[in-house]
Amino acid sequence: MKLLRNLLDKQEENFLEGGKFEKLYPLYETIDTFLYTPSSPTKSASHIRDVMDLKRMMMTVVIALIPAVLMALYNTGLQANLGIQTIGASSTHWQAQVIDWLGLGHDPSSLLGNMVFGALYFLPVYMVTLAVGGFWEVLFAIVRKHEVNEGFLVTSLLFPLILPPNIPYWQVALGISFGVVIGKEVFGGVGMNILNPALVARAFLFFAYPAQISGDKVWVAIDGLSQATPLAQFADKTMAVSYSWMDSFLGFIPGSMGETSALACLIGAVILISSKVGSWKIMLSVVVGTVVTTLALNAMGSSTNPMFDMPFYWHFVIGGFAFGAVFMATDPVSATMTETGKYIYGFFIGFFVVLVRVVNPAFPEGMMLAILFMNVFAPIIDRYFINKNIKRRLARNVV
Amino acid sequence: MIEHYLSLFVKSIFIENMALAFFLGMCTFLAVSKRVETAVGLGIAVVVVQAITVPVNNLIYNYVLREGALAGIGLEGLDLTFLGLITYIGVIAAMVQILEMVLDKFVPSLYNSLGIFLPLITVNCAILGGTLFMVERDYIFGESVVFGLGSGTGFAIAIIALAGVREKMKYSNVPEGLRGLGITFITVGLMAIAFMLFSGIQL
Repeated sequence: MKLLRNLLDKQEENFLEGGKFEKLYPLYETIDTFLYTPSSPTKSASHIRDVMDLKRMMMTVVIALIPAVLMALYNTGLQANLGIQTIGASSTHWQAQVIDWLGLGHDPSSLLGNMVFGALYFLPVYMVTLAVGGFWEVLFAIVRKHEVNEGFLVTSLLFPLILPPNIPYWQVALGISFGVVIGKEVFGGVGMNILNPALVARAFLFFAYPAQISGDKVWVAIDGLSQATPLAQFADKTMAVSYSWMDSFLGFIPGSMGETSALACLIGAVILISSKVGSWKIMLSVVVGTVVTTLALNAMGSSTNPMFDMPFYWHFVIGGFAFGAVFMATDPVSATMTETGKYIYGFFIGFFVVLVRVVNPAFPEGMMLAILFMNVFAPIIDRYFINKNIKRRLARNVV
Repeated sequence: MIEHYLSLFVKSIFIENMALAFFLGMCTFLAVSKRVETAVGLGIAVVVVQAITVPVNNLIYNYVLREGALAGIGLEGLDLTFLGLITYIGVIAAMVQILEMVLDKFVPSLYNSLGIFLPLITVNCAILGGTLFMVERDYIFGESVVFGLGSGTGFAIAIIALAGVREKMKYSNVPEGLRGLGITFITVGLMAIAFMLFSGIQL
């Protein structure tokens, strides 16, 4: 450890003003503070000093995401191997060829085979995200002279997790560019954006290239195999639901890479709540909003739309619900920050998700857009409660 | 019947939001959204004006301009729809003037808080757009009342949300070249993506 510290200290002068790599200071700063607690003292008014700074907070989110990432690797491989079994022919993707070279075979019951196969799909997408998003991040940091923020580590991990496995890499690059630049950097970087950058990136791809990110053909990493997600099966009266609730809960269903497993998200939620990084109020109220809306729609019923009868415990485990509620809705930047506001914010996310799933035939899933929609209204909700509080306290202190 | 009106109301607020689905009334939408208070004032003004002018124009269209509408007084086969645009804008201007005078006389506090926005609404495309949609879609009188109210409310919700976002953006470190209108355009675009939530809902 000492060695590393010495190395960093020795290099520091090169990056300070007047040094050789003066322009690349944000890069040095990133690596330094990533590894060690910053040594720079507070310069202006006093702060509460705490080890829980932005970097640790973001790292906690990354740790909370690990179960979802592991499930993403396993399930992407599992679904692909099952797909190969179904069509009875090998896949022409390079990933399948690598598996053949490694001699792992396409056996859906092999844990290692599934993991490696899934990793071959997930990791390239993740690497493209990191490289392209990181490029924009560092470019903006250098030009605008702010620090590279760990917020990007979270965004870059969230984004591949909510993409289908077969997405073309150039679309990944385009999406993350849009998310980082338009969704975040034009507002000034981490903490100043209005909408969640990962969701902005995905929404951009969703509307710009719907063929690669929606429908029945994209959720399993095998070309030409049509495999409906449980959500699509519920929406279509003629299709039987071929997955059990338990499968959906554990995550063995086709879907975006990281969001299939409600269990992995639940573990993440426990980590986020116990470390007080994620707000339990938001998560809870999303759940409450979903339950209330679903019960209301169940009571209304419909003869033509089978989604009306879908029970709430199914809503929790399919699509991006769990992932969105735990990792996206609780994003401290774009969510409401007032305590009462969080209940309203979360409740309406739950409400709109169910509404879109049930009554909007254009989109099978509504989590992404519901969160974005409430992101837009978060400032006005906050404002209402802040002003209310100001009024209450003014009234109390009559001079 | 009630269900039909209710779905028209919801549709005109969210699915066919004047500002964020049709991008109408952008000039006021962008210019008067710096502060939430003024945005609320303008929003209310738009709701009131829209709820009055759309039904009034509906009556004028159905009983004066439409082909054969004047058959009752011996002018059969007369089609005055070519006078539509000029009539509607005249009605809107007159309505706004009357509303202004009424407010000035009876509710001076609201009149003062609305200030310049009331006359500004005369040239708001969302208002004229509301009337033209009404004509195009052949709404009956009842529908036009609901549609006027709904489309005005939709505009109000959108502008208040934008004002909230812009107030929060005071703390953002926007690149210099984008400050002001530039970042507002980007924000509105992102908001429109979020409003796509409703696109495709059939009511």
